[in-house]
Amino acid sequence: MLAQLVVSGLAAGSLYALMALGLVLIYKTTDIVNFGYGDMTMFSTFIAYALLTWYGLPFWTSFLGAIIAGFLLGILVDRGILRPARNAPVVSLLIATLGIGMMLEAIAGWIFGYDVKAFPYALKGPPIILGNVILRRHDLLVFAVAAAIALLLFAMFKFTDIGIAMRATAQNKRAARLMGISTERISALSWALGVGIGAVAGVLIAPIAFLGLTRMIPVMIKAFAAAVLGGFTSMPGAIVGGLLLGVTENLVSGYMPPPLAPLKTTFIFLVLILVLAIRPQGLLGEPPGRRV
Amino acid sequence: MVRQVLIWGGLLLLLFLAPLFLHGYSLYILSLGGVYVIATIGLNLLTGYAGQVSIGHAGFLAIGAYAAALLLARAGLPFWLGLPLAGLITGLTGFILLIPALRLSTIYLAVATLGFGAAVYEILPRWSALTGGHQGMRLPGLSLFGLKLDTDMSLYLLSLIVTVIMILMARNIVYSKLGRAFIAIRDHETAAQALGISLPRYKAYAFFISAFYTGIAGGLYAYVVGYISPGGFDLGKSIYLFSMMALGGMASIPGSVVGALFLAFLPFWLSSFRGLQQFIYGAALVSVVVFMPYGIWGFVRRWTMPDKLKRLPRPLRAVMEFVHR
Repeated sequence: MLAQLVVSGLAAGSLYALMALGLVLIYKTTDIVNFGYGDMTMFSTFIAYALLTWYGLPFWTSFLGAIIAGFLLGILVDRGILRPARNAPVVSLLIATLGIGMMLEAIAGWIFGYDVKAFPYALKGPPIILGNVILRRHDLLVFAVAAAIALLLFAMFKFTDIGIAMRATAQNKRAARLMGISTERISALSWALGVGIGAVAGVLIAPIAFLGLTRMIPVMIKAFAAAVLGGFTSMPGAIVGGLLLGVTENLVSGYMPPPLAPLKTTFIFLVLILVLAIRPQGLLGEPPGRRV
Repeated sequence: MVRQVLIWGGLLLLLFLAPLFLHGYSLYILSLGGVYVIATIGLNLLTGYAGQVSIGHAGFLAIGAYAAALLLARAGLPFWLGLPLAGLITGLTGFILLIPALRLSTIYLAVATLGFGAAVYEILPRWSALTGGHQGMRLPGLSLFGLKLDTDMSLYLLSLIVTVIMILMARNIVYSKLGRAFIAIRDHETAAQALGISLPRYKAYAFFISAFYTGIAGGLYAYVVGYISPGGFDLGKSIYLFSMMALGGMASIPGSVVGALFLAFLPFWLSSFRGLQQFIYGAALVSVVVFMPYGIWGFVRRWTMPDKLKRLPRPLRAVMEFVHR
């Protein structure tokens, strides 16, 4: 029972971790908390849906299509809307991302309709049984994809010039510009990567949670909680936070006495607040710089 | 001074006479506008002035609404006693958020307050003995000294009077020692402490006052709509309040008024664009941010700077100077 709860918790947690990664990536280089992330994820996932069912393309091609759509959407949002508004305070930009999300919801409604759609699993076949743990094939895919993306990002930030330029931009924008880094291009790239990762997460979430105009928003909220739990400034933190949140959520719903079961969210946030009370910057976040 | 009194008086007179030329639904929307003005001011006192981000204020709105409804329906208190009491009860629940607020800031505090809102939203329908569960509660009609307040007009006037009182009170708070302490905490916590401002105490004041305001707004909401259910107090409502504050203008009372009325009326104006509402609503949020980065009120103030005013004809200038003050 315990092992099963932990393993399925890790599977859900990997999805939170992916979305949390996208949120943190955008936040670190642009200081923007992206409240339209759920809708951007939804939109890219609908692109995969359209390629898959309208044009009959194979799953992996559609998956790739969604990722490319996410990239382009991210660049469009950054260049088209956020750059003209770059002088606005961060709180206003948060509202702008919210507005972008509503526009995307409206557009998706026109193109794809307002009903909730079923989304196919990539891997079909009977579940895999390991000892007393039952694993869906889809869960294995989720683990593999999440691990691959985490490794790719790690390699990019560690070894490539672009990754190092992104880290420099996150650390100090002005110094990065003085070193000849185009921070504008970095911000567009962060948005592209962030929304692209969202598309990956979306295609993996849609078979489980179905695909509808607002279906990704609860997942985004959990990704926020996960990112904060891990430390909003830390990419490894986003992964740790996501996995931890997934497992906690599963353990809470598994072991909570039935009369209290409807209060799951309350309980999870209680745990979150307790952790933050001990570590206000999240598990792996950097403590805020003290300017006196 | 005389000019200011004239403009304020004229505006108020116009609002009090509004029932003569507005009817039914428009009056109802205007009454709801009052509710959101009060709640937005409450949020702005906390987030705009004291710098404590909250995206869980729908929780306070809910507590205020249910407290006012229960005091009216179960305890049989008259509304003029029940409404301030509901505000007070909500204000006390504001201290719950003080616990995370003493340790957390920015996005961390935002997610903690989001948790508070989610918790209230989840508890409300389960506690059905008190709240009537998912079905919600219908409120009995209000009455004042035997006089029934059941028309749109009387509810509008009630909303208007409460809103005016709350605006004046907020103005006084902002220009008092309290308001200056809030601003000092927002701008630099350490410097504020060095000036002798106790962080726990003033943060407690900020959360109490903000929750009190939002509770009053919630109570007024229950009276104006006459029916409450948990569905109206979800995360979307918290974000709605936050948008009203940010679009109107952070740390500004007139900004809160303008922002709240703008977003309260926007769906009403858009109702003729069938199928396009959500798109235009989103586009409106984006355009305000792009073209008015410091909110609608910030924009108005910028275009009424003294040097730009000199070119205007005299009567218009008087109005603009009033706006800019």
